Amino acid sequence: MDFATLLQMLDATLRLATPLLLACLAGLFSERAGIFDIGLEGKMLAAAFMSAAIAAVTGDVWLGLLAGIGASLVLSGIHGLASITFRGNQLISGVAINFLAAGLTVVVAQSWFRQGGRTPQLSGDGRFNPITLPFAETLRDVPVIGPIYYELISGHTILVYVALLAVPVTWWLLYRTRFGLRLRAVGENPAAVDTAGVSVVGLRFAAVGICGVLCGIAGAYLATALQAGFVKDMSAGRGYIALAALIFAKWRPWYALYACLLFGFLQALSLRPDIITGVIGFRVNGQFLDVLPYILTVIILAGFVGKAIPPRAGGAPYVKER
Amino acid sequence: MDVMPKWADVILIPLISILLAAVLSALVILAIGENPWAALKLMVEGALGSTYGWGYTLYYATNFIFTGLAVSIAFHARLFNIGGEGQAVLGGLGVALACLYIPWPHWTVALLGASLMAAAFGAAWAAIPAFLQAKRGSHIVITTIMFNFIAAALLNYLLIGALKVPGSMEPATATFPPATHLPSFQDMFNFGETTFFRGAPANVTFFVAVGACIALWALIWRTRLGYELRSFGHSESAAKYAGISPTKIIMVTMLISGGLAGMMAINNVQGEAERLVLNAVEGAGFIGIAVALMGRSHPFGVLLAALLFGFLYQGGAELALWTSIPRELIIVIQALVILFTGALDNMVRMPLERLFLTMRRAKQ
Repeated sequence: MDFATLLQMLDATLRLATPLLLACLAGLFSERAGIFDIGLEGKMLAAAFMSAAIAAVTGDVWLGLLAGIGASLVLSGIHGLASITFRGNQLISGVAINFLAAGLTVVVAQSWFRQGGRTPQLSGDGRFNPITLPFAETLRDVPVIGPIYYELISGHTILVYVALLAVPVTWWLLYRTRFGLRLRAVGENPAAVDTAGVSVVGLRFAAVGICGVLCGIAGAYLATALQAGFVKDMSAGRGYIALAALIFAKWRPWYALYACLLFGFLQALSLRPDIITGVIGFRVNGQFLDVLPYILTVIILAGFVGKAIPPRAGGAPYVKER
Repeated sequence: MDVMPKWADVILIPLISILLAAVLSALVILAIGENPWAALKLMVEGALGSTYGWGYTLYYATNFIFTGLAVSIAFHARLFNIGGEGQAVLGGLGVALACLYIPWPHWTVALLGASLMAAAFGAAWAAIPAFLQAKRGSHIVITTIMFNFIAAALLNYLLIGALKVPGSMEPATATFPPATHLPSFQDMFNFGETTFFRGAPANVTFFVAVGACIALWALIWRTRLGYELRSFGHSESAAKYAGISPTKIIMVTMLISGGLAGMMAINNVQGEAERLVLNAVEGAGFIGIAVALMGRSHPFGVLLAALLFGFLYQGGAELALWTSIPRELIIVIQALVILFTGALDNMVRMPLERLFLTMRRAKQ
């Protein structure tokens, strides 16, 4: 494999890792606050549809992004209502949200656009276009650094940079602010937080809300940046891969970045079987690469390679003792 | 003391939840510019208006009984088996191997053999997450989700490779030999002049499913194992104190659960398609969750809920055929049922409990 192909692969890795990363960080906020969220997939899908639909109608991708975040937040609200207010089962609520999004997006898309459950193709300002970073053109001919800067670092849509920036921001928010300390505490020992006079319900709703915003951006990225429009089931299990990455990263932001880059790289590889054959000399089954994230996660979960310990109060509704 | 009488818990709450789901579904239909009343009439007509419709309704219900029972028994031990889909995929593989490579003399023996293979394959697929939960503490929900994806990829791999008919482009196995074909309702209820269930896929498996309901009821409430797994579900620490081994309960419960999900394959693979195709399960594993929640994890409730979902599935197919309402509407209804009977259960329960409390106080 030559240098140019390698750059291409890494470029694709970055593009494919972005939705995973956003969804993974979304899950991180929610689960660190003690709310399990297997509805990441559904929220992404709903956001993908709404962003594509609004962007197609208005021609403005930023309005689309807002609408996508809105759709995702509505589902987050349902999840919060079910699992915080009514102390229901968080896993079941997540399952319901995934189905709600899978069904409603197609039903509404068919009703609005009559194109077999898809939205019209987006173009121009209707989608996020690649931006060229400063000096990318001038530095292009500098050996090694030039192509890396031009091909790999420059030329992505703004949401890719937003996702990358979200990692240090998440880290800072969780580990360097009072809000973050409380948020982590509420996922480990909500009773202690409650005793300190801080609202458990408020913190958990805040976490679920942040989760909704990030999932919304992830979904909008799918439909308006990675692809040009919404198609049925376009999240294609990415919410679950993000969940896998979250476990892989043991609920920590920087490791989430590495896990998502790894899983993004696997996705990029399965799109280019010719490269794998070229490098290792024999054919690797594409299906195998697709499920490798899941297999790796099961191995991690099994505790054979380090142990993944979830937040202690995760999944349990908080009941104030009277 | 219970706040509510038992009938309210068993009948009233599910009924209100379903009603809420139905109202919201009607609003969705209204919002996309169709008439909900006409849609309902069309669904009833299509699913229950003829023996043909009934044949489809019962066929779908058979699938959902198996997957619903699978989720139910896991619920009793407070395990959430979300992997019914993958286990049913593996069950299909077991049925295909049994039907293709063993020369069965008669369908009765083939049914028995294929059932055993389906259950064994489904159970084996549930065994790994169960083992990881019991021994390594890995969350069974996450592992079973992962195993759904791995199962789908495995089947895909086999159907475009080892199991594909040589020379064919279609990712499917060869058609099973005639001796393994199960009698359909059309064969069974054929009285000379009038043929009932003509062309519908419902088959003898339906009675196997009903049998499974009865067997599971007996297992849960009439055996020592059932007692143990229910006590484990109520309180793990109390069960441990009483000398019940958590490892054993988790393993046995998940093996039964996976086996039941796998047995769905005798209906859809052996009974209907008579060969193994991609995506044969069609989400029935997930519908099992809705069915189990609605049926309150009771085998009889599961039977009723499965019939309702069978009706929804067949009715939804008719809707998609005759109106512009897409089939995905059923997924929305399914989601609403899961939401209201599962996650938002307390939303219905809390006001009702308050109501019953005030009523009791008024009496005293």
